[in-house]
Amino acid sequence: MTTKKRIGTILGWTVLVAALILMYLPILLIIVYSFVDSKNVGMGGEVGFALYVRLFENERLMTAAGNTLVIGAISAVLATLLGTVSAVGIFYMKRGKQAVNIVSQLTVYNAEIVTAVGFFLLAIFLNNAHIPVKKGLGWLILCHTVMTTPYVILSVSPRLGQLNPNLFEAGMDLGASSVRTLFTVIFPQLIKGMISGLALAFTLSLDDFVVTNLNRGDVNTISTFVYDSIRRGIDPTVRALSTILFVIVLLVLIVVNLVGKARRTRKNVK
Amino acid sequence: MAEKTAIRTNGQGAEDTGAKGALKFDKIIEVRSVVKEFDGVTVVDNMNLSVKRGDFVTLLGPSGCGKTTLLRMIAGFITPTSGRIFLEGKDVTMLPPHKRPINTVFQKYALFPHLNVFKNIAFGLKLKRIPDYKRDKNGEPIIDIASCRPLLNESGAPVLDKKGKPVPDLTTGKPIEILRKFTKAEIKEKVNRVLKLVGLEGYGHRDTASLSGGQQQRVAIARALVLEPKVLLLDEPLGALDLKMRKEMQFELKKMHDELGITFIYVTHDQEEALTMSDKVVVISDGVIQQMGTPKKIYDEPANAFVANFIGESNILSGTMIEDYKVRFCGADFACEDKGFGKNEKVDLVVRPEDIFIYPAGSGKGQLSGTVSGIVFKGTYYEMNIVTAEYEFTVQNTACFAEGSRVELMIQPNGIHIMKKMRTVNEMITTVNGENTVDFHGGSFAFDNPENLQKGDRVKLSVAFDKIELTDDERDGVIGGNIGQSLYKGTYYQVQVYTDDDDDVYVDTPDEWDIDDRVGIVIRPEDIRVEKYDEQEEEREENVAEGSDDAE
Amino acid sequence: MRNKYAPGKGIFALPYAVICIIFVVFPLLLLLVYAFRGEDGGFTFANFKEVFTNSTNYLALFKTAGTALLATGICLLIAYPIAYILAASPFNKYAILALLFVIPMWMNFILRIYALSSLLDMLGIGKSYFAAIIGLVYDFFPFMLLPIYTSLVNLDKSYAEAADDLGANGVVTFLKTTLPLSIPGIMSGVMMVFMPCFSAYAITDWMGDANTSVIGGKIQDLISHNQWGVGSALAFVLLVLVIAVMVIGNIVTKSRSKAENSALVRGGPAA
Repeated sequence: MTTKKRIGTILGWTVLVAALILMYLPILLIIVYSFVDSKNVGMGGEVGFALYVRLFENERLMTAAGNTLVIGAISAVLATLLGTVSAVGIFYMKRGKQAVNIVSQLTVYNAEIVTAVGFFLLAIFLNNAHIPVKKGLGWLILCHTVMTTPYVILSVSPRLGQLNPNLFEAGMDLGASSVRTLFTVIFPQLIKGMISGLALAFTLSLDDFVVTNLNRGDVNTISTFVYDSIRRGIDPTVRALSTILFVIVLLVLIVVNLVGKARRTRKNVK
Repeated sequence: MAEKTAIRTNGQGAEDTGAKGALKFDKIIEVRSVVKEFDGVTVVDNMNLSVKRGDFVTLLGPSGCGKTTLLRMIAGFITPTSGRIFLEGKDVTMLPPHKRPINTVFQKYALFPHLNVFKNIAFGLKLKRIPDYKRDKNGEPIIDIASCRPLLNESGAPVLDKKGKPVPDLTTGKPIEILRKFTKAEIKEKVNRVLKLVGLEGYGHRDTASLSGGQQQRVAIARALVLEPKVLLLDEPLGALDLKMRKEMQFELKKMHDELGITFIYVTHDQEEALTMSDKVVVISDGVIQQMGTPKKIYDEPANAFVANFIGESNILSGTMIEDYKVRFCGADFACEDKGFGKNEKVDLVVRPEDIFIYPAGSGKGQLSGTVSGIVFKGTYYEMNIVTAEYEFTVQNTACFAEGSRVELMIQPNGIHIMKKMRTVNEMITTVNGENTVDFHGGSFAFDNPENLQKGDRVKLSVAFDKIELTDDERDGVIGGNIGQSLYKGTYYQVQVYTDDDDDVYVDTPDEWDIDDRVGIVIRPEDIRVEKYDEQEEEREENVAEGSDDAE
Repeated sequence: MRNKYAPGKGIFALPYAVICIIFVVFPLLLLLVYAFRGEDGGFTFANFKEVFTNSTNYLALFKTAGTALLATGICLLIAYPIAYILAASPFNKYAILALLFVIPMWMNFILRIYALSSLLDMLGIGKSYFAAIIGLVYDFFPFMLLPIYTSLVNLDKSYAEAADDLGANGVVTFLKTTLPLSIPGIMSGVMMVFMPCFSAYAITDWMGDANTSVIGGKIQDLISHNQWGVGSALAFVLLVLVIAVMVIGNIVTKSRSKAENSALVRGGPAA
């Protein structure tokens, strides 16, 4: 029995390690070759930071990266605020709860391309109705906000159910208006869900290609820039950009995990 | 008394109007014909209640009776479906809670988890605006020049300045009134004072989660009291505490009430808590006020069997009023102190366990004889069950009689409290729904049809409580229902059965049923009385019914 | 007299409800309008006729469904054993292991595909249907893994033990208890991979040959080349498919919502 178990363990480790290697191999390759100044991965070239230097000189790629971050940051903040306020509203709603939930689920389940076409047609409709909408940064921020809000609602909602049922009323009772109570009493309780909602909305926005591609006008994000340059051959500096982004993601994950762990231990000590 | 002046003499001017108001509005809270429905279910049914300034009023009733709903309407968290609520004579029915000078202590405290004790208590103070005068750098009130009369010289003519304008006489003007926030120092002082009042001096910096239940309760009380509300609402505030802590807090709350002079409205389902703390108890059941009065009155003279059963241990029996001051029950005649009932009127009566005197058999002192069937020692007295011919009495006495021994029981006239019998017949307006069958809460019941009523006729159906039979298996009944309340009435139980069409039927049954049991309902055709429904007659009867809720 | 209705805290959902109507419901109605609108602006079935009679359109739809099915199937075949191992006894105490499978998801997906295609290029695997499938599987694999892993990890071990106890051998135990109990996880994994494949034209265009493109790319081309009618009709057919999958998914199993899983995939480390 024990030998059988040991074989199972060894086999398990083998499979997991192999799978992880396969998953990380492309990324590691890019990281390694971000320090090699060659046209393509696998080719020889001078080892150094040349690609990083050129990345910061590549104005168009830097603008695209800047746009990506601006859209991601603003839409994530907006989605977090809207999503949290809505989650509270939906939680306390008596009628129509189901309808709001179904519609927000539809945003989540819908094929991205359908959502993208929807936004595209809406922009046309608004322009026809003499509401000037220009495809570009502002419109993309709006689209991404609408797209990511349901995810924030979902990460905030579970905590709402655990709150003291009278918390909202206590705020009102002590003289705060309902809006003030929402911000000074309820929001602080939801901060954890809001942070993970914010991170989720940000990465979803960062990741988006389909909606962005159809609604960007002449604005580029990292996704559309890289996709557009496939035919011309992708600029090697993208390797440097990928490496930087991967390291940032890793750092953020580590920090978030450490903070979470520290908070948990502090709570436990108490 | 020192605390009272200390906590109440801040915020200039506010107290003056309070003092004047006291004369004008003796009733601080008035609830008029308030109804609250949730999704068509009536939770509070036409309640009228007024609360005197400075009173400690308790709303008492079983869970789900509507007492908390009433409290939440007074606080402003929910709006009555109809009816009005007045605070010091002003209609506040639609006023949101943050604009009412009323504060609440919540059942589970509802302290803000992200704030420490000090900040929890300071929360409301930081939002509060108090009337004050606009002041200059030295703290002196600035006089509104527009309100001044012109300065006159000795001859009575206005003094003019260089530009020829009259000079204002600043001594005649009024200071400019403004609303201002509390200063940091004021907040600190007030919070510390109230922390001292609730016995938590020095706890300001503590995290609320690190406090015990009792301490959290005190913070919740401090948080509400620091705002000097006109009325303090307490929603089962001691429910989550252990017995010892609860007793201690009861005492302290009462003390705070006496010292501060603030009106307390207290919600509880604990009758002992209600009786020990309140100036006035309001007993509520099924969304209806059953009785209000001083604890003594509620205990000694319960208005009906529900109140008698809910307040304290009691023996509730059925009897017959032979004549004024004389009642017959358990096969014996007893002298009593009640009058004004009809001759031979059926009545309910209540005898408190401590009002029954017990003697050994053969002493000849008692009016009833029985056998001791059970004894429980309750610390300072014994509680005994005595089986008599018709009823099993609960008796409390400091002396103990051995189990199985024969005893005599004696009840003095002032130990018997007579109550008007509650309805004994289920009545409803319904329709004949077939050949000799009538609709009763969704089921078709056969009935004798001497009047030859036709299908579709509107009829009045009545069936006596004791003519309804309950069956164990729901399928044996024509319709099904759930057992609601059950009252032991001596020789039988009176149970309330919730039918599936959300109505209730009362049944007198010899069997004991558990709450929420599913039962079937069967009625023999000859026990259903059906009359053609006559609207005018019905109205008259309703009026009679409304006018007769109290026998005294 | 009845009192007028006082707005409760539910009022906070109002802004979002309005936004939902303008930005979610209304665009879908526009889609419907454009799908049934001819070039002259009048009502027509021509766009749908184009979709269902022009072979390039309906074949693209079928091919996409086939591609999506294949990618989903491969994802499931790879993800299930790995999820099973991760949830099994010596491995489930290392939370970091599951996290490692999730981390790449946080990087921009185009960059992820760039990395993969660079590797395949280096290995001499050129643009092909096969490469595109690898791309789809590589990209969506974590979305299959996580829901299955969560359902297996939360699975009450006592079922399997009970089956063991009753004399079932390993395979029977698995087939009779573990597998059926993990179906909700499988279902949400399938839903999270299958539908997104329809929109993943970036992957298929990049890594596949000319024949590989999924329907999403076709819709994108039609719309961006001002053929709004046919594009909308195709998108509408896709929408109907989405709703059908949603309904079937909900009927087959009360699976966890895609968003919840996505929150797990991406929010996992933060939550």
